[in-house]
Formats: sequence, structure tokens, C-alpha cells
Amino acid sequence: MTQLDLIRNFSIVAHIDHGKSTLADRLIQMTGTVAARDMKAQMLDSMDIERERGITIKANTVRIEYPAKDGRTYILNLIDTPGHVDFAYEVSRSMRAVEGSLLVVDASQGVEAQTLANVYQALDAGHEIVPVLNKIDLPAAEPDRIRQQIEDVIGLDASDAVLISAKSGLGIPDVLEAIVTRLPPPKGDRDAPLKAMLVDSWYDAYLGVVVMVRIMDGVMKKGDRVRMMQTNAVYGIDKLSVLKPQMVDIAELGPGEIGIFTASIKQVRDTRVGDTITHERKGCTEALPGFKPAQPVVFCGLFPVDANEFENLRDAIEKLSLNDASFSTEMETSAALGFGFRCGFLGLLHLEVIRDRLEREYDIDLITTAPSVVFKLHMKDGTVQDLHNPADMPDLTYIDHIEEPRIKATIMVPDDYLGDVLKLCQDRRGIQMDLSYAGSRAMVVYDLPLAEVVFDFYDRLKSVTQGYASFDYSISEYREDFLVKMSILVNEEPVDALSMMVHRDRAEARGRAMVEKLKDLIPRHMFKIPIQAAIGARVIARETLSAMRKDVTAKCYGGDASRKKKLLEKQKAGKKRMRQFGKVEIPQEAFISALKMDS
Amino acid sequence: MEDWQHGGFGLYLHWPYCESKCPYCDFNSHVAAQIDQNAWQRAYLAEIDRMGQQTPGRLLNSVYFGGGTPSLMAPELVAAVIDRIRATWPMTNDPEITLEANPGSVEVGRFRGFQQAGVTRVSMGIQAMNDQDLRRLGRKHSVAEARKAFDVARGCFDRVSFDLIYARQDQSLDAWRIELGKALELAIDHLSLYQLTIEDGTAFADRFAKGGLRGLPSEDLSAEMFELTQELCDAAGLPAYEVSNHAKPGSESRHNLIYWRGGDYIGIGPGAHGRMTLNNTRWATEAIKSPALWLEMVKAGKSPELPRSALTAEERGLEYLLMSLRLSEGLNLDRYQHLSGTALNARKIKDLSDMGMLSQTDTHLHATAAGRMVLNAVLRELVVA
Ligand SMILES: Nc1nc2c(ncn2[C@@H]2O[C@H](COP(=O)(O)OP(=O)(O)OP(=O)(O)O)[C@@H](O)[C@H]2O)c(=O)[nH]1
Ligand SMILES: C[S@@+](CC[C@H](N)C(=O)[O-])C[C@H]1O[C@@H](n2cnc3c(N)ncnc32)[C@H](O)[C@@H]1O
Ligand code: SF4
Ligand SMILES: [Mg+2]
Repeated sequence: MTQLDLIRNFSIVAHIDHGKSTLADRLIQMTGTVAARDMKAQMLDSMDIERERGITIKANTVRIEYPAKDGRTYILNLIDTPGHVDFAYEVSRSMRAVEGSLLVVDASQGVEAQTLANVYQALDAGHEIVPVLNKIDLPAAEPDRIRQQIEDVIGLDASDAVLISAKSGLGIPDVLEAIVTRLPPPKGDRDAPLKAMLVDSWYDAYLGVVVMVRIMDGVMKKGDRVRMMQTNAVYGIDKLSVLKPQMVDIAELGPGEIGIFTASIKQVRDTRVGDTITHERKGCTEALPGFKPAQPVVFCGLFPVDANEFENLRDAIEKLSLNDASFSTEMETSAALGFGFRCGFLGLLHLEVIRDRLEREYDIDLITTAPSVVFKLHMKDGTVQDLHNPADMPDLTYIDHIEEPRIKATIMVPDDYLGDVLKLCQDRRGIQMDLSYAGSRAMVVYDLPLAEVVFDFYDRLKSVTQGYASFDYSISEYREDFLVKMSILVNEEPVDALSMMVHRDRAEARGRAMVEKLKDLIPRHMFKIPIQAAIGARVIARETLSAMRKDVTAKCYGGDASRKKKLLEKQKAGKKRMRQFGKVEIPQEAFISALKMDS
Repeated sequence: MEDWQHGGFGLYLHWPYCESKCPYCDFNSHVAAQIDQNAWQRAYLAEIDRMGQQTPGRLLNSVYFGGGTPSLMAPELVAAVIDRIRATWPMTNDPEITLEANPGSVEVGRFRGFQQAGVTRVSMGIQAMNDQDLRRLGRKHSVAEARKAFDVARGCFDRVSFDLIYARQDQSLDAWRIELGKALELAIDHLSLYQLTIEDGTAFADRFAKGGLRGLPSEDLSAEMFELTQELCDAAGLPAYEVSNHAKPGSESRHNLIYWRGGDYIGIGPGAHGRMTLNNTRWATEAIKSPALWLEMVKAGKSPELPRSALTAEERGLEYLLMSLRLSEGLNLDRYQHLSGTALNARKIKDLSDMGMLSQTDTHLHATAAGRMVLNAVLRELVVA
């Protein structure tokens, strides 16, 4: 157990790519937590998908020891957090476990949308904030200007911001000193009943369910019998460790400490992020306030390509949701796709990441249906229904009007690209709320329909601004608009998984884009295939995929029989990645690709 | 009657060497500085003996020297092989003994020798009827040389066929019409017309992957070229009896018909495949591909074969299906059912017939002209549940 005043717990927060994970690397390296030969760049980003995309998706905790200038050795628990807006829940959750934040700002980019969002969250969590200006090695770095910007835009005193280059290691000793001198130690009472916050949990193939806790009061020891206060489930602790970042066993965890335990937990549902854990006997009576549940804003159906994989998918989803409390699921059945799940996400990237993780970590091929938001259907009988899935849209005659979620979007962008950004927002039915400047950067606030943003708004924004814009949003309200359900018919058969809600004025354009896309995505068949977009019985866009004209092997002699046979066998397997709609086979990629729009 | 007897019994012998490697070719063919023809002779004869012991007394309908470029074999080697074959199996009265020939000058001088060795039929790789395209195909001969070689061959053999590759880079429909017209003037009674295929692992495939090899025909143009080919050959009295093979009725390649009709064939030489029915089990045989290793193993008295696999009823049905639908004579429904143990999916047949891809008589199933053009898709539909 460590003395409280020798502990510092903090999160590293920043806009995406400002260098959080690289800073974490340096802190780990300079304190000798990991041997030099085991270091690699962004070492905490351990998932394949994080390394491929070069971004952090999951918050990661590491315990390091730092011998400070005052001659005492401190225990630091750092949490590296993701920067992308879709993973903001990871950040807010992490912040509840610590007392301070290092606010990293890229000294060549300055304050971005997520910088602002993170500051508000940190203040909300009662954090001390230490501003850190990173990437001062870059020729384009302007630390003085950015320091001023932080004061002007955020209203945070940046006069003693720490100047660093996380890449070269410059300034890292100052960061370590700032952590111990400027961030507060945790509070807590060793003699009070155990009160631990369940911060995170995940499924490990060897250890089973692993639970991460922050001890608020009391002491947790190996062998203790503990109770999850929300579910009342009781478990005996088998293994108690800290993360350095690999697991190192420890005899006990006291107030202010962060660690993990395993307890042969069978019911994945028993570990709820934000829950309070106490001792089975003489436990605390009052639970911690818990975390605000995440509000999923984008929904889609996930179906196994192979219907026999449904049980595996259920199991995989259960394990994954353990690791990601911001993703919600319920069972769904589709006429075309069979059994699957309707899942809710915090954004499109979040959706893609979960789908990827399910496919890779659990080896299940999935079909993803069109992403959608939740519409509110005001029925003629006065009731209000939530519509999560356009396929469930009731007959129009019962509906009085439809409301859709609107968001308040904050976009920061260099002046040069402002025109393109305004045009993009306008095209997506946006209403401009505010426009202000901080130097040559503009900050625009738009009121936008969420439905228009879940498509490829973020990708488009990146491409029209060459990556220089940053974006943050929050849900503002539900508002009525002229919304209709657009269905897609392939060879005269409706494909429920491709139907979507659209604004009436945008239906033709969206319908046209969809049928053109699908024409490219569906392979030619032996017959021609009409592809149509329709509102009710009215066709608003139509394309025809012409029939295949030639597909025959030119040479086939004695030695080719085996080869040809193998090819057919492969095609048999490939067919699993196709879905049959009437006589037409649609490759599963079509379901998601069809929705990425180019304009 | 055993099933293979519907197709007959043949022997394929592979000669793995060429003068140069053509950029489109994925056959097991190699260029070698020196070839010890005597060593090859000893090895081929040993293999004939080994195979003969497994199929004693079978009546042999045909022999095929394929490659590679078998016209580079010494006539004495060809003669020794044919003699040993005749000594090993009884042969039909007028066996078809085909040899693949390139129209190079080296080979032309040997045609008489091949004839004396017992070769009855030559299949010559002319490939194109214009010099520019021959160069683009990496061929070492000109049209004039090919015509001359063809004349010499005609003088030596009753039956001479030749191959062309069409649907080439920058070839228009009209250019092919003219070229095919010339070919039909030259042709006697058999012609193989292949659309250029970009095969994995070839120089063309590399170039294609890197964005080179432009001007290949679109699917629509290659369909039109195929249709034109059928039209002109029909008019010339050389209808297609198989997807890419045309003949005067009665002049079909008997050897190739063995493959498409599901007969048995022995494969000898590096990379050669075979099908042998022994005690009611049909075996797929395959020899090791590398010429050097093959030779070494046979020299050492070992079998150069990879492990044989016994074909299941399902596989036998599948092979018969995908080979026989290439033929205009089609698939015998009873035979298919007998082989595979199950009938073809009647609903699929009906759907495909309604689409105009298949036609059916009391006994046979055929791919129609339209069906043959998309045969891969038709087969996919029929076999992939
Ligand atoms: N030149 C320079 N590049 C840096 C510095 N720090 C980080 N980078 C680079 O910036 C990019 C993003 O760094 P990360 O550490 O992954 O950023 P992050 O904030 O963790 O990003 P997310 O987790 O995705 O939000 C990488 O290419 C780093 O190499 C620095 O001090 N100088
Ligand atoms: C074994 S090969 C050739 C025999 C001989 N060595 C020659 O090249 O003339 C048989 C025939 O297949 C055809 N062929 C080979 N590769 C081809 C390809 N990639 N596409 C189309 N036809 C091909 C050629 O017409 C060739 O004559
Ligand atoms: S096409 Fe004929 S000559 Fe050319 S490499 Fe192939 S087998 Fe040899
Ligand atoms: Mg990161």
C-alpha cells in the first residue's frame, strides 16, 4: 500500500493525433517502467486495429514509479485516452478514476474541437489541468501563439504550460515534475469499508473476465470476497495486479490506487462499468454515483454471414460489450438476413471499429445494415414511438409527423477551407448558428440533423479540408421535418437491410447515389437486374445492371479438371459472403459501401 | 461397362521444354540450355512400363505428345516412346497419335521423322495471322514461317490442326473477322480458337497487375468476338464441338474428347495429370512438376507421382459435369446420376432453361449457345447450392 501523498493519478487528454500516446511512451520510458528493448511507438495502442489506423481506441492505464526532485518516489497512474469524438465516452469514464489531466495541445495545430470538449469534461470531473504544448520540434510550432490561444479560446491559464516534444523526449522531465507538484494527490480512508470504482473490464482468453478498479476507501486484498453493488453478485478475488503495463501481482490495493483483479467471473453481465465494489461483509452502504450511461446515436444491424454463427456472435458481442460500455445491443430478426443484433454506437467510426473487432477477434463474418439514427414517430393516436430501424416503419396513415435528432456541431478550420465547410454543412441541411475567429482559424457552430452526419460527414469534412478541420458535436434536440422512408428494390424485391429514412427533398439525390453505387457493387448475373429506389410505391431512381455476357474458361484439358474443380469449391465458400435476395446475390460489402456517399 | 469406357482410354505424355517462354503461357514449360534426350527416353520408357503394369490389357485409343514444345523432341525419342506404348497396350486399329508442334524452322525438318515414328496428327501453335501480334505474344516465328511449316506438316500428316489466340490487345472485331477468315482458308478439318487468358504467374499477369497490357477487350467485345467466331466457323463447316474447338463432323480430336467425356487417361512426364479407374475407384494422378526432379526420381527407380487421390462420387459427378457441358453433345443425365449418386437440381435446371442457358432432351443436358458463353456462371449455379 502506498501513502496517499505519494500517489498521482491523471489522464492524458487531447484532440486526435496531438501526441497523447507518444507522450505516454516517453513517460513509461523515462521512468524505466519498460526496458528500452521492449519499447515501441505508441506501445499502449496494442490492438491491431489501433496500430493499423494509428489512433487510440481504448483508454489504457499504466502504473509508473517516479523518483522526484524532492527525493521521494511517487506512484503515478496514467491513463492514455483516445482523441476521436466517437470514443469520448472512454475519456469521460477514465476521468472519473483520476484527479488531474494533462491537456496536450499540438503546438503547430493549436486548440481543436476535442481540446475544448476535453477541457469541459475535465472541469466537470473536478480535475486540475496541466496544459502541455507538444511537437515543439516542428518548424510550424508556435508555442507562444498557441499559449495565447488557450487563454483566449478556453480561458485556461497557460502561462506555465509545459513545452515538450514527445517525439524527441524534450521537456519530459518537466512534465514529470509538473505531475507531482501541480496535480493533487488522491483522497481516501484506509480504515473505512472498501469502496472501489469499477473503471473498466475486458475478456481475456486465458484469465477470463478482468476487472479494473480504482480504490476510493478501504483496502482490497487477494482472497477477499467482494460484492458488485448493482447486481449483488459476490466473488472471491483470485488475482490482484497492477499494470506496468504488463500485469504484476500485488498483495493489496489501498485508497487512491488503480489495479486489476480476476475472480472467476462467469456472468459477463455482472461487471458493469461505473459500479461500486465492496466487501461481502462489512461493506460500504452507499454506492458511488456511477457513470452517466453513454447515449448511442447511430444504430445498425449486425448479422452473421453464416446463420449458424448466431450463437458465436451473441457470445462475442457479450464479451466485447464488457470492454466497451458505450455500445448497446438487442436481438433483431430480418426477413432477408435472419437472426442478428441491432446495435447502437457513438458514431460511425465506433461502428466500424466494433464490427472490425468482432470479425477479427472473434472470427465472425458479418453483414452490416444501413446505419440509422433514432427517429421519433408521433402517431395519430397521440403516442410516440422510437424508430431504430427503418425496416420497422409503420404504415404512413398512422403517423402524424416524424422528428429527428439534431446536433450542435462545432467545427474549427483554417480560414482557407471555411467556404468548403460551410457548403458541406449547407448541403447536409445545416443551419449556421455562429461563426467566430481565433487568429486565422474559424470556429463555426452548426445545427445539423444527426442523420446527415452519420453517413460520411466526417470523411467528407476531412477530405474537403485536407484533414485540417476538427469536429465535435453534441445532441441538441428532436425536431420535426419532412422525413420519408426510402426503400431499395433489387430485381423488384425490396431489400429491407438497405432501406433508410431521408428528408423528402434529398430523397432523389440519395436514391440516385444509392442505385448507382449498388450497380457497381452487385456483380453481373446471367440476367439483367433493375435496381430501384422508391418511396412507397413511387420509384424515384432506377438503374439497370446489364446481364453478364461472357464468362467461360477458354482452355480445359486433362490437367485442368482438378483446377476447375477447386475453383468451383472456392466459389462455394465465397458464396457464403453473398446474400440471396430472390434470384440475386448481393455481396456483403455492398451493404456498408452503398452508404458511403461521394458528394 | 465401367463408366470410363464411355470416354475411352488415352495416354498423355508431357515434354517440358521450349525454345523460349511465351509471356502468356502458364504451361509447365521451361527453357533449358542442354537436354539429354537419352536420359528422357529412359525415363519415359520406365514410366510407360510402370503404368502398363497397373492397366494391363486395356485398349488404348489415343496418345498425345503435349508440352512445352514436343516438336523439339528427337524423332528417335518419339519413335521409341511409341514403340514401347504399342508393346505395352493393345491399340485400336487406327489410333490417333497427336504431337504438338511449334512452327519454328528447327521442328519442320523433323516432321517426316515424326510421321515415320507413328505420329498421325499434328496440332500446330500458329497463334496469330499477323506478324505484329505474333511479336506482342512473344512468338519467335512469322506468319510466313508458320504457313510454310503448316504446308510441310500437311505433306507429312493426314490430320493437321492449328491453334490461334484471339481477343488480344487492341484487336478490333473487324480485325478478327479478317484474321479468322484467313485462318479458315488455311484450315483443313480442325481448328482451336482460344481467347487470350491472363493466367496467374505469367509475365502478362505481372504486366497486367502493374497496369500495363492495355487494350484488352471489354467483356462485351470479347462476347461479340466469340459470337462472330461461332458464326464464321459454322459457315465454314467447322462448327464448335467444344467451347474453343472446331471441327468438321468426324474430325474432332479423339484424344481431347476422352477428357471431356470422362474417359481414363494416363499422364506421363513432369506435371502430367491422369485419371485411372482401378477396381472401381477412380484415381487422380499428378506427377511432380519440376523436370529436373521428375527425371531424377524416375532415374532412381522411384515413382515421380504426388500422392494419388481417390475421387469421391461427388467429385466424379462434378468433373463429368464441368467437362461434358463444354461439349456440344452435352451431358448424359443417367450417367451423371449413376456417377454422383444424385440427380442434378431439377429446379436449377428449369430456371437455367427458362433463361435460355440450358436445353434438355430425354437423355442429355446441353449448354445452349448463350449458356456456353457464360458456362462458368451456369456451372456455379448448378453446383453451388
Ligand atoms: N514531430 C512530432 N511528432 C509527434 C510528436 N508527438 C507525436 N507526434 C506524432 O503525431 C502522430 C500522432 O501521435 P499519437 O501519439 O498517436 O497521438 P494521439 O494523441 O495518441 O492520437 P489518438 O490516440 O488517435 O487521439 C504520430 O505520428 C506521432 O509520431 C512530437 O513531439 N513531434
Ligand atoms: C500447350 S500450348 C502450346 C503448344 C506449343 N508449345 C505452342 O505454343 O505452339 C497449347 C495452346 O494453348 C494456347 N494457349 C496457351 N496459353 C494461352 C493463354 N494464356 N490464353 C489463351 N490460349 C493459350 C495456345 O494457343 C497454345 O497453342
Ligand atoms: S505457348 Fe507453347 S511455346 Fe510458348 S512457352 Fe507455352 S508451351 Fe512453350
Ligand atoms: Mg493515442
